[in-house]
Amino acid sequence: MPVHRLVEGFTRGEKPEGPEGNVVTQSTMSQSTPGASGLDPQQPVIEIDHVTKSFGEFVAVDDAHFSIGQGEFFSMLGPSGCGKTTTLRMIAGFEQPTSGAIRLDGVDVSRVPPNKRDVNTVFQQYALFPHMNVYDNVAFGPRSRKATKDEIARRVPELLDIVRLGDFAARRPAQLSGGQQQRVALARALVNLPKALLLDEPLGALDLKLRHAMQFELKRIQREVGITFVYVTHDQEEALTMSDRIAVMSEGKVEQIGTPTEIYDSPASVFVAGFIGQANLWPASVTGRSGATADITALGASLKGRCQSENLRPGTDAVLMVRPERITISTNHPGPTTQGVRGTVVDLTFQGPIVRLVLHAGDDTPIIANIDPDHDLPMLRPGDTVWAAWDATAASVLPASPDQPLTATDVVDEG
Amino acid sequence: MTTTSAPVRSRRFSKKEEDDSGVHPRRWFTPYLLIAPGALWLLVFFIIPLFSLGRLSLENGGLSNFSTVISDNSTVIVRTFVYATIATVAAIIIGYPLAYVIATKGGRFKNLLLALVVLPFFVTYLVRTLSWKILLYDGGPVVSILHSVGILSDNQGILGSPFAVVAALTYNFLPFMVLPIYVSIEKMDRRLLEAAADLYSSPARAFRRVTLPLSLPGLFAGTLLTFIPAAGDFVNSELLGSERTVMIGNIIEKNFGKEFFRPELSALSFMLMAIILIGVIVYARILGTEELA
Repeated sequence: MPVHRLVEGFTRGEKPEGPEGNVVTQSTMSQSTPGASGLDPQQPVIEIDHVTKSFGEFVAVDDAHFSIGQGEFFSMLGPSGCGKTTTLRMIAGFEQPTSGAIRLDGVDVSRVPPNKRDVNTVFQQYALFPHMNVYDNVAFGPRSRKATKDEIARRVPELLDIVRLGDFAARRPAQLSGGQQQRVALARALVNLPKALLLDEPLGALDLKLRHAMQFELKRIQREVGITFVYVTHDQEEALTMSDRIAVMSEGKVEQIGTPTEIYDSPASVFVAGFIGQANLWPASVTGRSGATADITALGASLKGRCQSENLRPGTDAVLMVRPERITISTNHPGPTTQGVRGTVVDLTFQGPIVRLVLHAGDDTPIIANIDPDHDLPMLRPGDTVWAAWDATAASVLPASPDQPLTATDVVDEG
Repeated sequence: MTTTSAPVRSRRFSKKEEDDSGVHPRRWFTPYLLIAPGALWLLVFFIIPLFSLGRLSLENGGLSNFSTVISDNSTVIVRTFVYATIATVAAIIIGYPLAYVIATKGGRFKNLLLALVVLPFFVTYLVRTLSWKILLYDGGPVVSILHSVGILSDNQGILGSPFAVVAALTYNFLPFMVLPIYVSIEKMDRRLLEAAADLYSSPARAFRRVTLPLSLPGLFAGTLLTFIPAAGDFVNSELLGSERTVMIGNIIEKNFGKEFFRPELSALSFMLMAIILIGVIVYARILGTEELA
């Protein structure tokens, strides 16, 4: 495989090897990226050490503190203005942190200009050099670093092959489609085999179909070259599909860092629960607490849920989160092992793979359930009374957020 | 809302289709109609005079007229192109950094700075050039300073020297250099410089490999807009120069007034045009721009 030759022919430190050590990323790494195994939490590639960035009064990034491991596909996810791009630009060197430090392979690079940092960026609109052909665009980095002619002549075509643009070397960027330009941008950055590749919404300008294809393509390329990818996106589906770990950001703050499964199944806040996927968010109050489980009252019933936050003590307000697809509907009481409440059917919508069911609980709080159309149920009609039930592990008890008051429309669509 | 707008749109669409189908015979010659006034103007006032001038240049001796004017005026011809070249190069040296700074660092003062560049043009060419005479005359401010500093010896002046003519040529055509360069730098995507820095380029290398090549069309246009009028100019030499600084334009201007339609003068005019044209083509080839060559 040309890529392995490429990596060997261009040694930078030791190749990622060793046991799968990173606790956080282990599960997804082993299932999706065997080639990039060997994350070493002791040797992160990028450390964001209590970094804050302000522009005048505006705090774009507020005390971000995390590290990114070797070979990891790490996403920063959040709505526009959440500070994800600013964080990426600080890693690239286009912005300097107001306070805190950014370390690359343990070396503080906070004040190092971008041309002296061993990271490369795939820009949002690609920023390809319009006056150069594809080959010269890709060769730009190696030439800047005074690579030998032989090395350039060997590596540039190899990279063009990896991104499947071998036949396009002589074309100008203007003669390429958006997807092809995107791959040139990727090759131009990857040819330098940086310590980390920084991608700023790289698929944002592509249409939906191409975007899906490029998600696979990016993942494949990342596996092949084994380079750390730091990926900025506002598209939660993209982040869930590709990432080993995700940092969810909101208003300059990192809300949660974890694997896609962790983020989806155990969101740490109402914001994360609402931003990623769909979620039922019900006002609740804590009545008891034992370890990672909390007893609560919500929807006019006594329920249980998983609870990570230490601050949720009996008597405090909370939010109960259950994903619509984790709710099952039955006409009979679901039994003592599951959680459940009674509700009245308000609306039924057939949506292809699922049926979306809206119930009203006893206190008129809406409950949304996505159920299998094959679900063995008698014909439901608005006005019918049914049981909505879910496993206790599917329920998360989250701290109530004063910024995000719950309303009747709190089932958040991903749009 | 969507249901009401849909039929409207489709009706419009079908009407447009009729127009595009080519049924209306008026359509095909509309473009010709539009260029007709310009074409007519050029024909009457440019192509026909040019043609008669060309015919005149070949009267009384044919092509030998050309060899005669070249041998008679060889010093003037060489001088003209040396002056125009120096003035153009000087305009690049002064104008490029100026355009670069306005385009990249101008911020909200961009338009003000550009207005300042163009401001002298609100004064007529003649007055602008005459004002240089006041600046440069013996005993004037510039000469006095140069005398006191010792750059010029006491009996030396500036007026009438090649320096005065070239400096005024540079000054008069500088905005034509600055504006096209400014436009080409200003429209450049600034992220390209971030990309260059990201790909290990120092600011100097990023300028050489990205900014400069992308501003070449502007530089090219600016060079033509400066060189061509400078090579054909007679005002600067007339007002600020002397017999030492006579340019082709001066000869044509002086003699055309007195002895109208002389074949040699026509030949000289044609030659000036030919040399400029050849120069432009060579220049375009070297620069690799497809705009004119």
